[in-house]
Order: sequence, then structure tokens, then C-alpha cells
Amino acid sequence: MAIDLSRFVATFFEESREGLDAMESGLLRLDQGERDVELINTIFRAAHSMKGGAGSFGFTAITELTHLLETLLDQMRSGKREIEANAVDALLSSVDVLRSLLAAAQGSGPVDSASLASICERLKLVLAGASPAAVVEKAAATVDAAAPAPSGWSIHFAPHPNLFLTGNDPLRILSELQRLGDCTVTCDDTRLPGFHEIDPTTSVLAWKVALHGEVERSVVEDLFSWVEGDCDLHIEALAAGPVTAAPAAPPVAPAAPGASNVVPLRDERASALPPASAPESSIRVAVSKVDALINLVGELVITQAMLKQQSAALDPVLNEKLLNGLNQLDRNTRDLQEAVMGIRMMPVDFVFSRFPRMVRDLAGKLGKSVRMKTIGEGTELDKGVIEKISDPLVHLVRNAIDHGLEMPEARTAAGKDETGTITLSASHQGGHIVIEVSDDGRGLDRERIAAKAAERGIALPAGASDAEVFNVIMLPGFSTAAEVTDVSGRGVGMDVVKKNITSLGGSVEIGSKPGIGTRITIRLPLTLAILDGMTVAVGEEIFIAPLNFVVESMQLNPNDIKTISGNSRLLRVRGDYVPLLSMADLFGARRVPRENHLPIAVIVEGDGRCLALEVDELVGQQQVVVKSLENNYRRIHGISGATILGDGRVALIIDVGGLARGLVEAA
Amino acid sequence: MQTSATDARITTRQPPAIAATQEFLTFTLGAEEYGVDILKVQEIRGYDTVTRLPDAPEYIKGVINLRGTIVPVIDLRLKFKLGKVGYDGSTVMIVLNVDKRVISVVVDSVSDVTALGAAQLRPAPEFGSAMDTRFITGIGAIDERMLILLDIEKLMTSADMGLVAQAQSAQ
Repeated sequence: MAIDLSRFVATFFEESREGLDAMESGLLRLDQGERDVELINTIFRAAHSMKGGAGSFGFTAITELTHLLETLLDQMRSGKREIEANAVDALLSSVDVLRSLLAAAQGSGPVDSASLASICERLKLVLAGASPAAVVEKAAATVDAAAPAPSGWSIHFAPHPNLFLTGNDPLRILSELQRLGDCTVTCDDTRLPGFHEIDPTTSVLAWKVALHGEVERSVVEDLFSWVEGDCDLHIEALAAGPVTAAPAAPPVAPAAPGASNVVPLRDERASALPPASAPESSIRVAVSKVDALINLVGELVITQAMLKQQSAALDPVLNEKLLNGLNQLDRNTRDLQEAVMGIRMMPVDFVFSRFPRMVRDLAGKLGKSVRMKTIGEGTELDKGVIEKISDPLVHLVRNAIDHGLEMPEARTAAGKDETGTITLSASHQGGHIVIEVSDDGRGLDRERIAAKAAERGIALPAGASDAEVFNVIMLPGFSTAAEVTDVSGRGVGMDVVKKNITSLGGSVEIGSKPGIGTRITIRLPLTLAILDGMTVAVGEEIFIAPLNFVVESMQLNPNDIKTISGNSRLLRVRGDYVPLLSMADLFGARRVPRENHLPIAVIVEGDGRCLALEVDELVGQQQVVVKSLENNYRRIHGISGATILGDGRVALIIDVGGLARGLVEAA
Repeated sequence: MQTSATDARITTRQPPAIAATQEFLTFTLGAEEYGVDILKVQEIRGYDTVTRLPDAPEYIKGVINLRGTIVPVIDLRLKFKLGKVGYDGSTVMIVLNVDKRVISVVVDSVSDVTALGAAQLRPAPEFGSAMDTRFITGIGAIDERMLILLDIEKLMTSADMGLVAQAQSAQ
């Protein structure tokens, strides 16, 4: 009855990685002084499930290490051991070792037995150094349990048929139970089907266990915590014992008793980490499948728009039912589109969660004291965008710690909190996601940047604004760091950040005040796949201007057009002069004479600059599905992509940022 | 220099004694008959309105919507400078799969699919400078007909075609 384990192995790896992430974030919170029982439980559960899984698949190195972890964590959560910095350090290092062990088990490299041995040694050392508090705690623990434990438990354990699929083995639970005390186990095989119907992968048996011995209810419950959602479980005190004790026992998830001394730094996150035993139901789907779905829905939207356009010509009285149906279709397609786009959306926490560890390590390396704050980690962002902002954010956070924050002494001298704060925040603003990385460090040194710019021959206008000066640091190869460290200072970084963000259709802004701190703001489009567009006609052609770039549009009054050296045109907009580009000239569209019709200027803002686009007509507004031109063709200057209009024709999308940059480069 | 390189390639292609026949889709451009490897052809469509692309050479007519994919359209008659170019009922677009891209070429008409044995394949003769022989794999001889066999992949990905980005720097 050999069950093919290979398909479970992949799940084990994925779950273990998630478990390690949960452990890491939990340990970091312990490190920051949080003392929540549920927190330690979370870490413990992660270690425990890894141990179980690794045991089933025969990864002995992982089992061995997680076993040590479990012992240590168990002492911590039962209060037998103080949570000390060196223990947390050892636990964090073992998370790293576990990661490499997992990678090795997955076949990417040999097992690093040296580091395994050293971490095991370290953990054993921590374990051996019995905490002085242990004895006192133990005494306190017995006082806590005011009600005497009953003399035993009657347990009815009926696993659901799919229990084996979750990687659990009832046999292991039963043998664990036996270790707690004397057990009488009765097997209930009423659900057992006929022999020819038996499926070895479904669980049909149930057990009644009478456990004799003074065992706490929570200990028994812990054994079942892995199968909680996958079985029917009834635990009752044995009749012989004092029955009154049973209700006094805590519910399955014990509430934190010491909640008063918990430092609430990110307490809303506690609920975001669901206990492993009751995971939010989810499935893993290949991204390509989701993308295919999005494409299909995009097609549907186009077809629907086409039907709508065609139906406009129909007589509303004669075709009432058809038109009603089409309206219904309109609504449904929109809802469907929104829902499907939602699949790709992920909370930005996906990237934020990797920073606490990085910040801690980096701060330790640089001898700085850093606190990390995250705001709005639930903000959702397209998965494609999330993946691409991860590296730029790493750069920014490293920069902030290395350059931004001062050494603790300097901070105290400046009258600031010794611990610097790095804040990562994400929020929605209009059609954009805004991500900010800010620190309360020394701020950018305007004079030094200006001097360095002059040294490198970068011309700055005389009365340059702060923003203009700061933007210099985003030029390739620019660094003001006096010495190059392995953290930063090589002058690669900010330009890469800028490039990556720009390629996503976003922008980077730098704000800084000396002595107060630096704030870097990244503005990103919500999604890469759909945008709100303004359809404009140029000659016989239709173009799409992304609506989030459009500031306003106005009739072009010939008196407001001024020329510079005969060919460059400027448009006066309420006292300001903005460059005026003729779309027809720019894109070589054939002009069609229009009678009694003044052209229209669409004022757009891209890359921090305003410009006016001269078009013939505003056609309307619509959501368009962005299609790549570069898949089958190449990049065109001034065009960011293409889309398909309601009538099935292709329309090009104007790259406002690119046009604005083009103007500057040409100047 | 260039021709010898071409010849070398043809001769390596010629000798297969196994004489596996190759199938070509044949089409006409003006009075000339051309052939492309049938395996590169995705489908054949009637000529449709195209959306013009700015900053493109004359022979790139624009892009069409092929069931949701944006596909560039190249008029081979303009590319080969065949003079008279009209668009009528028999003007056809051949949609090709080339180098993981989908492109479409406009031709006067599509004739048929022809299988050519090794014996019918001739090396590309030397032309004048009017036509670039780099993009011709050979000549197919079927009785009185002469097929110009195009290396469509090479043609479409060549730098002077302007279909692909010149520098691969921008991924």
C-alpha cells in the first residue's frame, strides 16, 4: 500500500518555507520585546509541523534541528524559560540553517553539515544553560493551575476522510497520546467500506481513547492541533476525575494572559497570522493560468464593447429585450473583469514582510539601532508590480539605514531618540499606489550633493529647488558616500531604482529636511494591464491618452500659442507656458480638414513636467486593456502600448512620460 | 564573400540523400512566385484595415488585432520594391510565426502548398544588387514555374527590417 509521496513533497517544501517565514517574523517580534503567548505558539507550530513533515519524508537533518528548536520553544511557551536575546538569536540563525537545509533537500546544493552541527551545538548550549527563572516559573505555574487536573480524559477522535491528504497520520497522534499516560484505545470501524471499495488514501477509522493520568487538557489538545479542522474531536474528563475542572481549561487557542505587558507595535498583525491549524482556504494556481484568464476577460470586454456599440443603432422599442440583455451583459462583464483583476492583486505585505529581518541584520552590522515601522501593508497591488518593486525597495531601505540614519551617539547628541525609525508605508491615492520609505535620520546634504554634482560636471540651475538638487542622486554612478561599504555607497542603486520604477510607469520623488529625515515616494500605477484612457482623434486616427496623466483639456485659442525661434510652440495656460506638441506632426498622422472646429489641447503631466498635446477631437473615455506592442514589434518613441477598441480596431496608447523625457533630451 | 557564405549554407542543405520533401506555401508578388516554409505559416486572412504606426518604414503598414494579439503587418511588395501595389479582394495577409513572434505579410495572392523534393531545390543564383540574396534560401523548380524560396525568419529578424529593436539592451 505504497502511497506516492512525491506529490506531497512539493507541498511540504512550500509549507515549510511559509512556516519559516512565519517563524522568522515571530522571532523578530519577540526580539523587539513582544511577549505574546500566541506568538510563541505560532513559532512553535511552524517548527512542529516542519518536524512532522521532515520526519515523514526522511529529511533527518531537518527533523533533528527542528526537534531542538521545539524543545527550546516549548520551554519558552510553558514559561520554564525566559525569552532571552541569545536564545532568540540562536533561533533566528537556525531559521537560516533550516532554509539552507530545505534548499539542499530540494536538490539545490549539498547539506552544509558544518553550520548544521554548529547551530545544533549552540541550541544545545542554550538549552543546557537552564534559565534561573525556571524554578520560580515552575512554582508559579503550579499555582496558576488552581484547579487540579482530572485523573484522565476520554477522547473521541474521528478524522475526516481527507486527513491523510493533509499529511497527518492518526497513528502518530495515538502513539503520542500513549506517551502521556496509560491509554485504552478502541477503534471504531463502522465507516469501513467493503474490501473492494477501500481507498487507501482516505481515512475511515475513528478512535475512542481513555487516557489515564494527570495530564492537562491543553497538552492533549496540542496533540490534535494539527488536525483540528480535519476531524471531529471530543475531549471530556474521565468520569472518575473531578469533572468541574474541564470547563475551566482554556479553549483551543488560549488567550494571552499577559496581554498588559505586550508592546503593541504591530498588534493588528497578530490576527493576520492565522494559526496553521485553521488556514484560510486557498489554492495555488500558476500565474500563467491567471494571465490567460485575464486575457480572455479582456477579449470579452472588447467583444462586449463592440456589441454595445452596434446595439446603439437599434430601435429601443422593438429591441427592448435584447437591449436589456446587453445592459446586463455590460454589468456582468465589468464585475467579472474586476473580480479577475482582483486575483492578481496581492497585499504589499508580500514585500514588506522581508524587511524586518533585513533591517535587523543590517543594523547589527552597522552598529546602529533601528526600529522598523510598516503602515498599510494590506494595500493591494498587482503581483507583477509587487515583484518588480521588491529590489528597488531593498535598495531604498539599505540606503536609509546606511546613509540616512546616524550612529546612536550622534543621534543622542542631536537630541533624538537613540533608535532610528525606518517607516515603510503603502497607500492608495487616486489611480496610484504610493509607497514611501522614510527615515528620521540626518537628511540629505544639499550642499554636498551640489558640490559633488559640480565636481562631476553636472550642471545645476542657479536657483535650483531642493527637488532638483536631490534628483541628481538618481543619476547613474552618483554617490556622496565618503567610503564604499559592502552595504552601499557604490553609486549604483538610486539610478537603478529610478529606472525600475519608471519602467513600471511610476515615478520617484525625494523629499528631505536636514536633521529631520528623508522621504522617498514611489508612485505606481495600480495595475499594468488596464488603464482608464481618454480617446482622442488625430486626423483619421484614434489615440489613447492615459487618464491619470491628463490634467485638463481646453480649446486651443490661436492667440495663446507663442513660438520660440519660429518652430517650437508654447501654449499659455493661465499665465504659465507649456510646450505644445502637435500629435499629427509627432505621429505623422494625415490631417483631415475640419470645418468650424478648433483643435483641442490636452494638458498632460508626465515625469514632473506639463505639456500640451494638440489633438483634433476628444472622443470619449473608456477603460482599455493594455497590450504590448513589443511582443511582436518593437518599442516606438512616444507610444507605450496598444489597445483594441470596441470596433475591433487597434489604437495606440500615448506614452506621456516618454514624450516629456523626449522633450528634455531634445532640449 | 557574401555569396560564398550563402552557397555554403545551401550546399549543407542540399545533400540530404534521404530526400525528405519540404512543403512550401506559395504566393505571388506582382509577377513573381515566392515560397515560404509551411511550418512558419499560422493562418491566411483577407486584407483588413490596419492601424498605422508612427515612425515606421513605408513597408510596415501598421498593426492589426488578431483575436486580441497586436500583430504588425508588412507589405512584402513594398519591401521588395515591386512597384504597383493595390489592395483588392484577392490581397491576402499571411500570418507567420517567426522567432516566437507573430507577424503578418501582405501579398498579392496565395497560390497553393507545394512539396519540393531535394532534386527540385536549386541554390540561389547571384542577383544584381537589386535584391538581397541573404534572404533567399534557394530556387524551387516545378516544371515551368520558378519559386523564390524565402528565408522568412532571417528576413523578418534582420536589423534593416526594423521589426525588432536594434539593440537588445532593453530586453
